[in-house]
Amino acid sequence: MNFPILSSLILLPSIGALFLFFTKSDKKNNFTGKYVALFTSAVNFFLSIYLWILFDPTTSEFQFVEERIWIKDLINYKVGVDGISILFILLTTFITPLCIVSVNNSIKERLSEFLIAVLIMESFMIGVFCSLDLVIFYLFFEAGLIPMFLIIGIWGGARRVYSAFKFFLYTLLGSVLMLVAIITIYWLNGTTDVVELYNSGIDIKYQNLLWLAFFSSFAVKTPMWPVHTWLPDAHVEAPTAGSVLLAAILLKMAGYGFIRFSLGLFPAASEIFTPLIYTLSVIAIIFTSFIALMQEDMKKLIAYSSVAHMGYVTLGIFTIQQQGIEGSIIQMISHGLVSAALFLCVGVVYDRMHSRLINTYGGIVSIIPKYSILFMLFTLAALGLPGTSGFVGEFLILMGAFKDNFLVAVIASLGVIIGAAYMLWLYKRVVFGKLINTDLKQMFDLNRSELFILSCLAVPTLFFGFYPDPLINTIEVSISDLIDQYNFKLASKT
Amino acid sequence: MENLQLVLPEIFLSLSIMFLLILGVFKKNSSRLVQSLSLAVLIVTAVITFNETIGINETKLFNNSIIIDYLSSLMKIITLLAAFLVLIISSNYLKTFQIFKIEYPILILSSVLGMMVMINSNDLIVFYMGLELQSLALYVLATFNRDEIKSSEAGLKYFVLSALSSGLLLYGCSLIYGFTGSTNFNVIADQLNSNEYALTFGIVFILVGLAFKISAVPFHMWAPDVYEGSPTSVTLFFTMVPKIAALTVFIRFLYVPFLNLIDQWQMILIFLSIASMLFGAIAAIGQTNLKRLVAYSSIGHVGYALAGVAAGTNDGIQSSVIYITIYILMNLGLFSCLLMLKRDNNYYEKIDDLSGLSKNHPMLALSLLIILFSLAGIPPLAGFFAKFYVFKAVIEQSMYFLAIVGLLSTVVAAFYYLRLIKIMYFDEQKEKYDTDHGFWLKFSLTASTLLILIYFIFPSQLIEVVSRINII
Repeated sequence: MNFPILSSLILLPSIGALFLFFTKSDKKNNFTGKYVALFTSAVNFFLSIYLWILFDPTTSEFQFVEERIWIKDLINYKVGVDGISILFILLTTFITPLCIVSVNNSIKERLSEFLIAVLIMESFMIGVFCSLDLVIFYLFFEAGLIPMFLIIGIWGGARRVYSAFKFFLYTLLGSVLMLVAIITIYWLNGTTDVVELYNSGIDIKYQNLLWLAFFSSFAVKTPMWPVHTWLPDAHVEAPTAGSVLLAAILLKMAGYGFIRFSLGLFPAASEIFTPLIYTLSVIAIIFTSFIALMQEDMKKLIAYSSVAHMGYVTLGIFTIQQQGIEGSIIQMISHGLVSAALFLCVGVVYDRMHSRLINTYGGIVSIIPKYSILFMLFTLAALGLPGTSGFVGEFLILMGAFKDNFLVAVIASLGVIIGAAYMLWLYKRVVFGKLINTDLKQMFDLNRSELFILSCLAVPTLFFGFYPDPLINTIEVSISDLIDQYNFKLASKT
Repeated sequence: MENLQLVLPEIFLSLSIMFLLILGVFKKNSSRLVQSLSLAVLIVTAVITFNETIGINETKLFNNSIIIDYLSSLMKIITLLAAFLVLIISSNYLKTFQIFKIEYPILILSSVLGMMVMINSNDLIVFYMGLELQSLALYVLATFNRDEIKSSEAGLKYFVLSALSSGLLLYGCSLIYGFTGSTNFNVIADQLNSNEYALTFGIVFILVGLAFKISAVPFHMWAPDVYEGSPTSVTLFFTMVPKIAALTVFIRFLYVPFLNLIDQWQMILIFLSIASMLFGAIAAIGQTNLKRLVAYSSIGHVGYALAGVAAGTNDGIQSSVIYITIYILMNLGLFSCLLMLKRDNNYYEKIDDLSGLSKNHPMLALSLLIILFSLAGIPPLAGFFAKFYVFKAVIEQSMYFLAIVGLLSTVVAAFYYLRLIKIMYFDEQKEKYDTDHGFWLKFSLTASTLLILIYFIFPSQLIEVVSRINII
């Protein structure tokens, strides 16, 4: 057997965390602790780049598969990647080191514990994206709650306890039904191996209920309207690095789950429930965009915009069109980069002024010009300006939607306009206008680490905006095969 | 006579108890000696049980009134080890309250003897004798801190209510004897005639008695008061050891004589299970005393263990044995933490006393964090697997309602476990606690936490151990 690259990706951050755990945490060592964490996550990033280079995009088979007996006669530990999952792994390993760099400015106490939580989180999230067994998937999916709960609760803002509890209980409530569904699948098919389940299919009698059970978990995690209310709370109270992790990676677990499990395992049920998803997605796009328009807290505004963006994602997935699903994945990657950057931008001004309210600011363009330029770029990417990665995703999704359902596509397109409105208005109120609050004059521009992080995010945002081919090449074959399988199973009624 | 070696553990244990009692009476200031000898006795008994009985096929002794099989041997070993751990970590606590006396280990040994008889029983009379032997020892243990009014109250309450339930149980036994003409489990199984409604009454009465002993809802009322009032080390004993024996009797009683009446008792068991899971989760939310909270949480956990029994299959039985084993492990860790909340010869047991623990005692807080998440059933910790196996067994019997209610109540239960974590990690710190805990207390905390944490790496071992349980 070859070098177990996926298991290494999963284990490496945890080993780094273990190492940090045994480092004494006084002031001086905090510093080394940070380098340990940064080093581990950077190595992990390069390892995942290596994975992408080795990855063969011409086949939809799972690659780098590792299989070991875990619980005898019951569950095998099985991991592997295909075109759909590999980009999410890259996103995770890319965002985590940036998070670790960003803690310089925002986390003041218990730094090494924070880094441990972030690294363990990274392990779990990579695990989610490459597990090929439902139980293993569930294990990683749920385990991520523990570090995130602590990140929000310990390092969060004023209402952190409420938000942490809401986050934890909401997501747990959604997922327990998924556990029932997973055990039922085991009982029906005698296996929880995803590849075998793809081949054998699931009894059509049970598909609807099973689909709903998975949906309950993914809908909360996505989050879809009307179960999105935990997200603004969690985002607002989490520390900057926590918000970044939450927005950039955690939300993607559900979108990934929809593609991998809802479409892959339950095609008949997906067909039946597509109108439900369309309705909820369109409501999410329009309704939460209007809510975002009225927010006075910058983080809350971006949180609601995340809900709207994830609305596009779920819409695109259930068009079951090549463009739609491709668009959804690119939209998720792009949202991962852009929302991370936007939260970091909010973090930058928050660290200086300790206020997230929009009306605190105004007219800062002349005080901190570098910041304003980068903030501008990400604002435009968020509203989907051509030339940024946001545009590619949204465009493909809407194209897929027009093929499938004209009315839904038209309404969703209107959402783009509202999206532009709230993002531009936010930018206008924060950056332009008259300088009223004189305290703002003491603000200093981006320091080196902030500039580094934001530039790191800006490069792929622009690059994939102009040249999305590397992304599309990676996912193309896997998606077309998924759709063929889907239609085939639908036709043969299994 | 040739099979006497199969009951050697019980014989050895009873002789040791008598010897220790005499030793304690005649030798002054021998409490430390008796304690050490009792620990040795428990270990030796466990070793004898392992050597003599674990490999053999099902054997019945003494006119079929005692059964030795894999289930009974395994449960006896778990009981003995759990009792050993309880005894070894409680000495510091007892010394603080100046109740470190010879009676304590001897009472624990006698109740363990009673439990072993219960676990072995294949006859209603033997079963009842074992039950009373363990209960009598437990009444005294509850009042062990006799100068403390709460402890006396706990003992009295436990005695009165337990006597009532024993009465019901005995009434059920006599009904069954009246309709089948025997007290032997196998004879009862042969004589069963499901048209006899009175027989069902008999089962119900016995189930009520057993549900009382295992503190399942709606027969749980004694548990919070008794758990709160008893000395903490005794509470630890209550939450762990008697439940193993009671669960075994539950399994044996329902699956040997009354397997044919499964339709009748399955409903009752499902009700007991659902009620315990829900009530345990909801009632714990309002508690402010840690021991009361643990009482409600143990009621909830008993509900999950009973869910496995309710499934009516070997898988179900195995999953409940796994559940109770992992539960014991988690409880051991939890109580080790409670026994560490000590400052100036005073033990603290309010929830608020945990406040800010993570700053003063980071390692203690981290262990408790892991144990609590595990109790809440969050993967990848051991508590998740315990629930996973139970619900797997339940769903295989298409009992979806039970599974869904059970899993939803884990969400409710997660709330109060999270509240403890919140108090430890998010709240302001208080004064520090003592750190000079004995070696064994630290050992049991570290060992249980590590086992909970790394269980997911070796999940197969425990399954292999229980997979030889074969009742049906």
